Amino acid sequence: MQVSMTVNGEEVTREIEGRLLLVHFLRDVLGLTGTHWGCDTSNCGTCVVWLDGRPVKSCTVLAAMAGGHEVRTVEGLAQNGELDPVQRGFMECHGLQCGFCTPGMMMTARALLNENPDPSPDEIREAISGQICRCTGYATIVRSVRWAAAYEADQRADADQPAEPAATTGGAP
Amino acid sequence: MQVPAPFEYERATSVDHAIGLLERLGGSARLVAGGHSLLPMMKLRLANFEYLIDINDLRDELGYLDVRTDEIRIGALTRHRELLESDELAAAFPIFRDAEKVIADPVVRNWGTLGGSLCQADPSEDLSAVCTTLDGRCVIRGQSGERVVPMTEFHRGPYETAVGDDEILIEIRFPVRPRGGSAFEKVERRAGDWAVVSAGAAVWLLDDGRIADARVGLAAVGPNTTALPEISAALTGREPSEELYDEAGRLAAQGCRPESDMRGSEEYKRHLAGELTKRALRRSVERARERG
Ligand SMILES: Cc1cc2nc3c(=O)[nH]c(=O)nc-3n(C[C@H](O)[C@H](O)[C@H](O)COP(=O)(O)OP(=O)(O)OC[C@H]3O[C@@H](n4cnc5c(N)ncnc54)[C@H](O)[C@@H]3O)c2cc1C
Ligand code: FES
Ligand code: FES
Repeated sequence: MQVSMTVNGEEVTREIEGRLLLVHFLRDVLGLTGTHWGCDTSNCGTCVVWLDGRPVKSCTVLAAMAGGHEVRTVEGLAQNGELDPVQRGFMECHGLQCGFCTPGMMMTARALLNENPDPSPDEIREAISGQICRCTGYATIVRSVRWAAAYEADQRADADQPAEPAATTGGAP
Repeated sequence: MQVPAPFEYERATSVDHAIGLLERLGGSARLVAGGHSLLPMMKLRLANFEYLIDINDLRDELGYLDVRTDEIRIGALTRHRELLESDELAAAFPIFRDAEKVIADPVVRNWGTLGGSLCQADPSEDLSAVCTTLDGRCVIRGQSGERVVPMTEFHRGPYETAVGDDEILIEIRFPVRPRGGSAFEKVERRAGDWAVVSAGAAVWLLDDGRIADARVGLAAVGPNTTALPEISAALTGREPSEELYDEAGRLAAQGCRPESDMRGSEEYKRHLAGELTKRALRRSVERARERG
């Protein structure tokens, strides 16, 4: 069968088997190996990607089910060559050790921050509770997400600063 | 690597279209909603079908929460996350939010549905216990029209329901009665796991504070959700008290049929059934009183 979907903003169309799982479509058909594949039983969360903006476990979704929808993977986190603040947070705060759980953790963290820009450590733990870090770096993962939240709060504060007088003279009536 | 056996994938464009496909393809076809129970079973080859009919496009027809003063109707394709987040639902039936907080994990809850949970008929399904507790009515549609089946007759055994091969579960209806309170209690081995035992309770009070009606539903302690009519009979007309909750707990522990497995011994599960029933009833009464 033929399936078409948007992956990281790009329209893709491929011929696939109905039984192909989304995780294998992304990794093996599209070559997007950033999405990892671990337990294969919807327990570890390393395969988490977004389907229409919501994190899902792609080992438990058929590629065909994503047809006509928007998928975003860890490769689509960076924008215009700039790392997402969540990615920067993981670098700043040692949010990864072996890195196996990291793509799923970052996709969930980004979705959380989009909904809740200032999550408490407990809220972060709840959001990633369906995901396993076998290196057990949970404390640093939580710290990394907090780093991203604080960074984005700073960015918003800067943007809200009243504009410099020099900048307003031009267009003012 | 776990991969399902080959099948044809079809996407339903309407409920009638889905029913037409089921009618034509019979037992060789299965509906897929969230797929979070079906696909793991197909990956393990515990289930094989020639056709899967995807109903996820039917959000308009099947994904809704309709809260009225005397009845709440929830479409089969409503996702766990929506059940968790609805303030209206939590106000009428706090048991839903209690349960949804501890069903699977937030990522699974983004995708799993109410209808899939009930139709899976897993003995440990928490939402089945919730719907049994709330006296839910299941609306099932087929070529010849709709019929309504109460939750107590919906499950026909583990992994078996009243929904025929060519039928689809449309919605669940819950009667809303005055002065009600409800709650859910669950013991799990780790966050996001299936229940060792879970218990739902709902209580409706009379104006004088006595119990007008009470219902309890247990998960993971029998071949299906365990409804305990003997608890309703014992509590009706009585004044809520710790002694009464103890009595209900004893009835729950005796009335369920748990089996020893990796999640716990039969004895431990009976103990939990009793204790969780007591806690859920106590909290239901508190909530009913708060609402006045
Ligand atoms: C990691 C994990 C943890 C979980 N933990 C819990 C837990 O703690 N507690 C709990 O209760 N559940 C738990 N679940 C189960 C989860 O709640 C169910 O997987 C899910 O909600 C079932 O819904 P679904 O939409 O995914 O169903 P699907 O998998 O799509 O379908 C299940 C069955 O229902 C049938 N079906 C679906 N919709 C309809 C319909 N409208 N009419 C007729 N038949 C239909 C399908 O044909 C299939 O046979 C867990 C699941 C996972 C993957
Ligand atoms: S590989 Fe999908 S949850 Fe583990
Ligand atoms: S960093 Fe190794 S599994 Fe999380």
